[in-house]
Amino acid sequence: MNITIEKEKKTFSKDETVNMPKKEKKAVYETKQLNLWYGDNHALKNIDLDIYENEVTAIIGPSGCGKSTYIKTLNRMIELVPGVRTSGEISYRGRNIFDSDYRVEELRTKVGMVFQKPNPFPKSIYENVAYGPKIHGIRDKKILDQIVEKSLRGAAIWDEVKDRLHTNAYGLSGGQQQRLCIARCLAIEPDVILMDEPTSALDPISTLKVEELVQELKKNFSIIIVTHNMQQAARISDKTAFFLNGEVVEYSDTNKIFSNPSDKRTEDYITGRFG
Amino acid sequence: MKELTLYQKKRKWTLNFLVDKLFTVGLWIVSLLIVALIFWLLYRIISRGLPLLTFDFLIGIPDEVMEGGGIGPFLFNSFYILIISLIISLPIGIGSGIYLAEYAPDNRLTEVIRACVESLASVPSIVFGLFGYVLFVDVFQIGLTILGASVALSLLNLPVLTRVTEEALRSVPMDVREASYALGATKSKTIIKAVFPAALSAIVTGISLAACRAFGESAVILLAGGTGTSGEMWDFNLLSPGGNLPVYLWYVQSEALVPDAKEIAEKSAAVLVCIILLMSTLLRIPVWLRDFRLKR
Ligand SMILES: Nc1ncnc2c1ncn2[C@@H]1O[C@H](COP(=O)(O)OP(=O)(O)O)[C@@H](O)[C@H]1O
Ligand SMILES: [Mg+2]
Repeated sequence: MNITIEKEKKTFSKDETVNMPKKEKKAVYETKQLNLWYGDNHALKNIDLDIYENEVTAIIGPSGCGKSTYIKTLNRMIELVPGVRTSGEISYRGRNIFDSDYRVEELRTKVGMVFQKPNPFPKSIYENVAYGPKIHGIRDKKILDQIVEKSLRGAAIWDEVKDRLHTNAYGLSGGQQQRLCIARCLAIEPDVILMDEPTSALDPISTLKVEELVQELKKNFSIIIVTHNMQQAARISDKTAFFLNGEVVEYSDTNKIFSNPSDKRTEDYITGRFG
Repeated sequence: MKELTLYQKKRKWTLNFLVDKLFTVGLWIVSLLIVALIFWLLYRIISRGLPLLTFDFLIGIPDEVMEGGGIGPFLFNSFYILIISLIISLPIGIGSGIYLAEYAPDNRLTEVIRACVESLASVPSIVFGLFGYVLFVDVFQIGLTILGASVALSLLNLPVLTRVTEEALRSVPMDVREASYALGATKSKTIIKAVFPAALSAIVTGISLAACRAFGESAVILLAGGTGTSGEMWDFNLLSPGGNLPVYLWYVQSEALVPDAKEIAEKSAAVLVCIILLMSTLLRIPVWLRDFRLKR
């Protein structure tokens, strides 16, 4: 299988020989020597990874290599799994998220998350989007209305749902539900959006819509997206990290990874020899 | 024609089809029988009592020997005891349900507690009545009262409410909690704003079962509240005798001297049934309204 790179249109101002991303952009996340264990299962091994502002960072790799584990560590959702231990450090905007005085709720209002399976609340579309602002104390109906509209527009679903805001979110199609979940995430005005295989449960057309949306969103947000679809990574990301057995094998500009990977294992994976 | 493979010869899809049909028809018949039985019972009870009902009967004072007494104080006690027992049992029952479902660690102790709650839920009500009797008559020595009846009734309903709440919360998918946490919600916000509403319908069913059971309970009231009332209407004193309508129904049927005992019993039964039907419907209305608004 050959991956066609659809990045030709992009302007190539980037220095192709530099492996690690250039420093002109600010790092949102700096991961240093992160290790994670599920009981005895060493799922993440010495991860070093810096993630930059206003970019789309894709995480690829065969299933079971630790992609979800890593992305869930970034907003500490991993703590919901009993028996998880970590070592090392993840700085978000300069502050270690594992610090004992870092309140996890505060982290999660800055780092939104979109899940693999669309998971709207069993509430109306409006209530789904208003949920975040409401639990953070916004009561004013007018402000809520504005937030809901802005978020739904931001997730490119406003026109489809504006006449049925008060109907059950479960009545939407899978693709619409996923964009609603993105809107719900935008409503808390995050800084980073984490997406764990957000299109793997969607049909091709819905997938395309979500991909376009990601392109649009990166103007205002930093996006980290896990995908097992390499074409998707090539299409929408600026940087790509290739994970294998809990380690980062290679991390560089997406163009470079797909056209000229430096590691043999990366090459084998993207050319479809395993995984 | 092609020859059939062994699999094609052996497969039993005609049989499967037949079994499927039989199964469906069987279920239909059983449900029809049950519904018919329920309606027949309701009809018998209501058609005898309802036509004779008057407002005076509902608020009238019962008479020991003369014809034409009412059920007022007993009816009042029924509601009063119901409300007090719900005030006691709802917060505790729902609270412990939430604790068991969301907070309790998964260990032996929790398992034991859960098993206890489960067995308490199936203890016959008369045992709770006896407990109330011992507690209030023997230990506290306040006699047979509304208070004693309400507390004993609360104890009867607590395990049921706890179990129903716990089951309802557990059946809410993990998705809902994850979505809420990922938006920066605390645990308590997640439970109150996301998990509880998702389980509300099942919890309301549980509450309405408990309420109807409390309203119709006789054994507990008999032992902890007695068979009489203070004989006055609107007596809010918690230490007055706590007989309720079901107890009076039993009393009038079996012991009473009044000549119109049979008629009083029939009318009381009709009143009981109607109120319980009404109550379980009313309790569902908020949930119906919410779901209706969502569907539109
Ligand atoms: N909840 C869990 N408990 C125990 N082990 C887990 C759990 N989730 C994932 N793992 C293990 O961690 C490793 C990485 O899993 P995951 O991050 O889900 O991989 P990916 O998302 O790349 O497919 C796998 O070996 C998996 O078995
Ligand atoms: Mg995964």
